[in-house]
Amino acid sequence: MHRADVLLNQPLIEASDLSCTVAGQLLFDRLDVTVLSGDVLELWGPNGSGKSTLLRCLAGLFSVDAGVIKRPEHLLYLGHRSGLNESLSPLENLRWYTGLREKNTSSEALSTAIRRVGLESYKDAPCRTLSAGQVRRASLARLCISDSPLWLLDEPMTSLDDDAAALLRTLIVEHRSMGGGSICATHVDLGFPETRVLELDA
Amino acid sequence: MGNFGVQFRRDLLIAIRGRTETANPVAFFVLALSLFVFAVGTDSETLPRVAPGVVWVVALFVAMLSTENLFHRDYDDGSLELMLLHNRPLFLGVLGKLLAHWCVSGLPVAILSPLAAVFINAPPEIIVTLVGTLLLGTPVLTLIGGIGAALTAGLGRGGLLLAVLVMPLYIPVLIFGSGACYRILDGAVATGPMLWLTALLAGSITLAPFAIGAALKGSQEY
Repeated sequence: MHRADVLLNQPLIEASDLSCTVAGQLLFDRLDVTVLSGDVLELWGPNGSGKSTLLRCLAGLFSVDAGVIKRPEHLLYLGHRSGLNESLSPLENLRWYTGLREKNTSSEALSTAIRRVGLESYKDAPCRTLSAGQVRRASLARLCISDSPLWLLDEPMTSLDDDAAALLRTLIVEHRSMGGGSICATHVDLGFPETRVLELDA
Repeated sequence: MGNFGVQFRRDLLIAIRGRTETANPVAFFVLALSLFVFAVGTDSETLPRVAPGVVWVVALFVAMLSTENLFHRDYDDGSLELMLLHNRPLFLGVLGKLLAHWCVSGLPVAILSPLAAVFINAPPEIIVTLVGTLLLGTPVLTLIGGIGAALTAGLGRGGLLLAVLVMPLYIPVLIFGSGACYRILDGAVATGPMLWLTALLAGSITLAPFAIGAALKGSQEY
C-alpha cells in the first residue's frame, strides 16, 4: 500500500531551527524535528506547551517564525477537529476525503475502512447522530486507507474506548512496519517499543 | 478537474440535506419583494419604475446573507484543514465549493426573478434583461462574497464585518445590473452594462479563487 520508494531510515520530514510565537508567547525556539521511516515520535508536554501548534506547523497549516521544514508531498493530519461534515455519513465523508487527493479508492476499500473502525451499522447515518467516540472512530477511518508516509496525530486517544485505542495502536504498528513514520502528541503512554520522545516545556 | 467535481458534489449534497437552511435565501427573496409591494402600493406609477432596482438590491442582500455560511462550518468541523492540506490545486476545490453555493443561492434568484418581476408589476420588456443581468451578476456576488467569507471564516460570527468588507465591492455589480434594466426602460440598448457585467464575471472568476485560497490559508493562523 505504501510507496515502494520509501527506504528504511530515510527522513520523512526534516525540520530545523523552528521558532514559533503565538499571542506573544514563545512556544519553541530553535527546535529540530526529524522523523525517519519506521519512527514513532511522541510529543509530550503540559497543556499549552505547543504540541498542537508544532504539529500544525509541521503539517503546513501554521507558519513558523523561523526555520526550515522539508515535508513529504502528502502527509496525514489528524487534529482535534474531526474533519467530518455533520450532515454527511462517515462513508460519504471518507469518500470526499479520498476524492480531495484525486485518488481512486474503490468503494470496497472505503467500506472495509468503515468496517474496521466498527461503524458498519452507522455508515449511512449522518455524523451528527454519532457519539463523540464514534466521531473519533470515523476520523480514524482515514488512517485505515492512508498511503501517506507521514502521520501527524494530535492526541489521537481522546474519547476512544479500549477497542478503538487498540485499533489505533495496531494501525500505527502496521504503518511503521511498512516504512511509515508518525508524530503523536499525547498525554497517555502509547506503549510502543522504541519510540522517541520530544518533550516540550510550558 | 477531479477535486472540483468532488467538492461540488459534496457541497450540493450537504445543501440538499439541509433543506430549510437552503430554502432560506429563496424565501427571503420572495418575502422582501412582497414587502415592497405593500409599502409602495401596486397601482402607483412608482413601482414599475423602481422594480429593477428593488429586485437587484434584494438579490444582493440574498447573496450577502447566504455567503456567511460558506466556509464557517468547514472551519469549525475541520474539513477546511483537510481541504487546505490535500486539495492541489486549491483554487479548483474553492471553485467547486463556490459553484455549489451559487446553485442554491444565486441561481434560484435568477430563475425566480421573472415571477418576482411580474409580482412587483415590473414592465414586461425588462424581464429578459433582468434575468440576464442576474445570471451574469450573481456569480460575481458569490465570488466576491467568498473572499469576505474566507477572510472572516475563523472569526466566529463575522456578519457585520463581512458586510462592511464586501458591500463596496458589490456596488459596481449593482450599478451595471440595474443600470442595464433602466437602459431598456428608457428605450436604449443594454449592451454596455451587460458587457461590463461579463467583464466583472471573467475577472472575478479568474482572480477570486486565488484570493479565497490565500485567505483560507490565513484563517488557520488562529
